[in-house]
Amino acid sequence: MKTVAPSGKERWQHDTLEPALKKSPERAAQFTTISGRPIDRLYRPDDVDRIDYARDIGDPGEFPYTRGIHATGYRGKLWTMRQFAGFGTPEETNERYKALLAAGGTGLSVAFDLPTLMGRDPDHELSLGEVGKCGVNVTSLADMETLFDGIRLGDITTSMTINSPAAMIFAMYLVVAEKQGADWKRISGTIQNDILKEFIAQKEYIFPPRPSMRLITDIFGFCSKEAPKWNTISVSGYHIREAGATALQELAFTLRDGLEYVRWGVDTGLDVDAFVPQISFFFNAHSDFFEEIAKYRAARTLWAHAMRDQFGARSERSWKLRFHSQTAGVSLTAQQPYNNVVRTALQALSAVLGGTNSLHTNSLDEALALPTAEAATLALRTQQIIAHESGVANLVDPLGGSYFVEKLTKDMEDGALAYFEQIDKMGGMVEAIERGFPQKEIAESAYRFQQAVERRDKVIVGVNDFVQADEPPIEILYIDESAADTQLAKLETLRKMRNNDAARRALDGLRAAAKTPGNLMPPIIDAVRAYATVGEMCDALRQVWGEYEEVPVI
Amino acid sequence: MRKVRVVIAKPGLDGHDRGAKVIARALRDAGMEVVYTGLRQTPEQIVSAALQEDADVIGLSILSGAHNHIAPRLMQLLKEKGLDDVLVLVGGIIPDVDIPRLKAIGVKGIFLPGTPMQEIVDFINANARARV
Repeated sequence: MKTVAPSGKERWQHDTLEPALKKSPERAAQFTTISGRPIDRLYRPDDVDRIDYARDIGDPGEFPYTRGIHATGYRGKLWTMRQFAGFGTPEETNERYKALLAAGGTGLSVAFDLPTLMGRDPDHELSLGEVGKCGVNVTSLADMETLFDGIRLGDITTSMTINSPAAMIFAMYLVVAEKQGADWKRISGTIQNDILKEFIAQKEYIFPPRPSMRLITDIFGFCSKEAPKWNTISVSGYHIREAGATALQELAFTLRDGLEYVRWGVDTGLDVDAFVPQISFFFNAHSDFFEEIAKYRAARTLWAHAMRDQFGARSERSWKLRFHSQTAGVSLTAQQPYNNVVRTALQALSAVLGGTNSLHTNSLDEALALPTAEAATLALRTQQIIAHESGVANLVDPLGGSYFVEKLTKDMEDGALAYFEQIDKMGGMVEAIERGFPQKEIAESAYRFQQAVERRDKVIVGVNDFVQADEPPIEILYIDESAADTQLAKLETLRKMRNNDAARRALDGLRAAAKTPGNLMPPIIDAVRAYATVGEMCDALRQVWGEYEEVPVI
Repeated sequence: MRKVRVVIAKPGLDGHDRGAKVIARALRDAGMEVVYTGLRQTPEQIVSAALQEDADVIGLSILSGAHNHIAPRLMQLLKEKGLDDVLVLVGGIIPDVDIPRLKAIGVKGIFLPGTPMQEIVDFINANARARV
């Protein structure tokens, strides 16, 4: 009988591990990530022996970009420290922006309130109590002019978290830039403009999926000619994750959404390399450190392959996945809020080690309210400490080659491909959404996680363990009703002062255009110039396309 | 004894429904009859759902800060319809200063982020109207 010499791993298990386990058993029978993925005790060379460095990972700046899209990592340029902010009136938010820029922020990121996000004016009945609460209220071009007053749009980049009415808000930005004398060909920034994740997770949809997709491909077409440096979409996993998805579900659904947008763009006749370089991504930086790093690395690899091999993109710019990340709002606790600073720092570090291109760090008080100015500054300082003190930005992809990280990256890629196959079988992401597939998957994961927390299988410090009685309250930002009053008064003045015939004509033009296949950006820009409001423009389209209503699943 | 009947509602413009869905499932797993209204329900729609379902409990999930407008309107409508014995709960992000105000208008339970599901189940079992 032939005896096989025990491999290194078996020998180690026999000689060293087993005696150690006998002496002191492990803390749990199984260890899992926050997503419930089992993690082995140890990763060794044999875990990665099917991964070929040159073929599957590659060097930084080279296909498939697992180690990053830049050859020099952060040695050339640090990530953009982009803090999401907005509350109350445009005047108040404008002040916060100027303070963030003065504190060393390198880009702006606009948070809009719910009425703006849902295409409702402040005087609509559903806007009651919501104006200026979760972000800044922008009703018309006049508000956009105030929001960026004294900020040169030709010199900074701005990200705007706006989805259903993205075309209207982007049109306002373009007109403000033009009034400041900035060239549309040179201005840069991002609109989120990702409607699929709204249907899947955040639920800020207005129109049904198909006309919503048309608005997006119209923006692709418009920007490829008129605003070539603008990022037309930020395909977002952030909200999918916040809604309860696992890291793998976030990765798979987001990338599959991205592929859906590319498919729709190509189907309208656009050349893939003419619009894909303007697509960027937005991921959650959650708490499970290595799982997150693997997620970002897998995302780049998957995208590069899909663009080159599936869509035949020839430009390297189409192959390179660029992404923004934000630390996980859902991980913040109202209990012992200072713990959130530590959580956020670790999450931000994982995003940096995963090669994020820009980053937002949450503030310690955000489980309670929108952040105070002090809390927002501390969040920015967290990024600056990582960038300038920790040393992690001194080299490219410091974790590349870790047996664990490379194995986990590969597992995430394989898991995402399996989800892609399932969704492809349904006919695509729009069809999968119409069936409620990603929605159900996410609700299931959210419930499973909550049960794990209830059982204390997952510990949340200060919530289900290490609890402290009688915590002193911290000071929070309280947004009263004055923003609503101001915005209502401004709207009334606007409707008196503007040329109402011109506004009506522009809205009629938009309504007519929505019934024909032409690009909708020009009529939307016309309506913006005539000071038509977000609510009026969205109403014009509601009249043509109707509104979406989901069937709730629990 | 019949099962406790709960309407979980998501008023206002906000679409973040993770909490509403998780609590709906937890209450159902705890043996209650649960109806989830879906998104963007006006107080009128919520009260009419409560009437139709013969609800013992209404649970509102509000994260956007609109509770100061929504809760008073809902409580007033419940009174008008003779439903003042329905137990009303609010879950979500509620600043401390608003809690006494909500309690004063008759909201019995306010549950902030991090509350264990079991605590809410126990609260309902202890406070929902007794029915045969």
